[in-house]
Amino acid sequence: MTGAYVVRRIGFYVLICAITLFFAVPMLWIASAPFDSSPGLGVHWPDWTLENFRKTLDHPYAMHSMVNSLLICVTTAVAVTAFAALASYALSRVRIPGRDALLYGLLLLSSVVTGTAAMVPIFVMMFQLGLIDSRFGVALVMTGGLLPAAIFILKDFVDAVPKSYEESARVFGASTGQILRDVVLPVARPGLATIMVWAFVNSWGNFLVPFLLIRSIDKQPGAVLMQTLTDEGGSVNLQVLPVFSLLFSIPVVVLYLLVNSRYGFRFHGGIKS
Amino acid sequence: MTAASAPPVPAEPAPGRGPAGRGPARDVAGLGVGRALGFVAPALLLIGAFLIFPALWTIYIGITNYRLTGVEAVSPSVVGLANYTAALNDALFHNALWLTLLFVLGSAIIGQNVLGFTLAWVMRRTRPVVRRTVEAVVLLAWILPGTVVAYLWVAFYDRDGGTLNALLGTPGTAWLIDYPMACLVVFNTWRGTAFSMMLYSSALQAVPPSQLESARMVGASGWQTLRDVVFPHIRGHVLTNTLLISLWTANDFSPFLLTKGGPNHESETVPVYIYNVALQGGELGYSSAISFLLLIANLLVSLVYLRLLRRRS
Repeated sequence: MTGAYVVRRIGFYVLICAITLFFAVPMLWIASAPFDSSPGLGVHWPDWTLENFRKTLDHPYAMHSMVNSLLICVTTAVAVTAFAALASYALSRVRIPGRDALLYGLLLLSSVVTGTAAMVPIFVMMFQLGLIDSRFGVALVMTGGLLPAAIFILKDFVDAVPKSYEESARVFGASTGQILRDVVLPVARPGLATIMVWAFVNSWGNFLVPFLLIRSIDKQPGAVLMQTLTDEGGSVNLQVLPVFSLLFSIPVVVLYLLVNSRYGFRFHGGIKS
Repeated sequence: MTAASAPPVPAEPAPGRGPAGRGPARDVAGLGVGRALGFVAPALLLIGAFLIFPALWTIYIGITNYRLTGVEAVSPSVVGLANYTAALNDALFHNALWLTLLFVLGSAIIGQNVLGFTLAWVMRRTRPVVRRTVEAVVLLAWILPGTVVAYLWVAFYDRDGGTLNALLGTPGTAWLIDYPMACLVVFNTWRGTAFSMMLYSSALQAVPPSQLESARMVGASGWQTLRDVVFPHIRGHVLTNTLLISLWTANDFSPFLLTKGGPNHESETVPVYIYNVALQGGELGYSSAISFLLLIANLLVSLVYLRLLRRRS
């Protein structure tokens, strides 16, 4: 082809390479430092070792914080899914007076009230309830925060479930409980799985809420422990931090890949932010 | 409650239904209104306790002199609008507003938007292998936990061994101290671009190929095609995207993880300022007044966003 065409193609690939490098290079640290015998904050070809992993496993709080994260996030994800499922089914199938206004209000609320805008009252409220330093308290606050968006996303799923299934079950004499358990629940499973993963991933990455509410180091989830690791004694714990970052990322990435391959949640808005 | 509790973007609103979803409801399971209310109640209770009540309480605390310690911690008194008049004259608050504006403008309105669109536009015509590889890398930046991403960038910017200094050959430059806002803008652009990329990828599929074809036939340049053919089709998406990412960026707390607002308040955006005033300075009343201003700003942006959604469906 012509010279101009060749130049354009070259420019095109240079652009793609530049953008890809911009996204890839900062990530190299988390890929190399965990395996390096003298880990620093920079990226270089590592002097391979697994010593850092042993140090991380031996760290008094590292793995423990992972358990804390798990406790908080599983509680949050299960609660969000259960309560949002109940609410979204009722809102989808029953004409409750004021339903549309309620849904509109929920959508508005989910974007207006954020952790940063409400941190003082949440802190004060949890303090007065005696829920400071409580992992359960953190899960409660996160559940309340995620519910509006969860109800909204789930209602879309439930709306798409054909009502004829329920109708035929009813014709065959199924009770309300049977219809919900044997017809609605199985059909809505992809939606429920998506919401559960969404809630888990969001609470896993949440820093502000546990940072505000958890005081003692043995109750900190991973997101907050990372902050503690960098402040410990004024210097960064470089043997633990890279390994910890890597391990802390794995659940989120695995869940994302799993749901993506299983149900292909191409895009339901901010699946993760 | 997370900055991440993103309002859902109904990818394609079902025809004939507004965002509030006025779909036909047939109560085939036979719940009845009474039991249905019982289904909704637990969720509403939690939302009421942990979102609505705190939002309302922000308004009240904002008109008091409530403090974390001292006499006002036990018996705060109502001081009317004193906190708001104080905010008007607070140079640090003005500074925080300005920095937040800079952060939103630089990383969301320009950074994520432009880079996201460029990627979506360029990726349209590449081979699937290239496209999937690039998308995977960009998406990874988005799905990694926020704290991990923050420390990844702290390492990248580091003075002594940071990759950036090695790449640029500028050893000893303390990027986070010398250019804190620029660092935050690049960091947030990197982290958030995937959202814009995905949104614009799906938006671009709505541009009729025949129009692109005829633009090519009449010899329009790439830029002319973008401006006159593509942009009119995706104008709504651009606006929606810009509003959402601006909202998330303005409320983002992660500047705290990179710089804690420093040095000397140079990267203290409004959320970080609220935290520093409340938990470091102990001024709960004053910080609540600022929180309320942030809530109002969020409300205005969200209303515009919902209005747009409604018009589009």
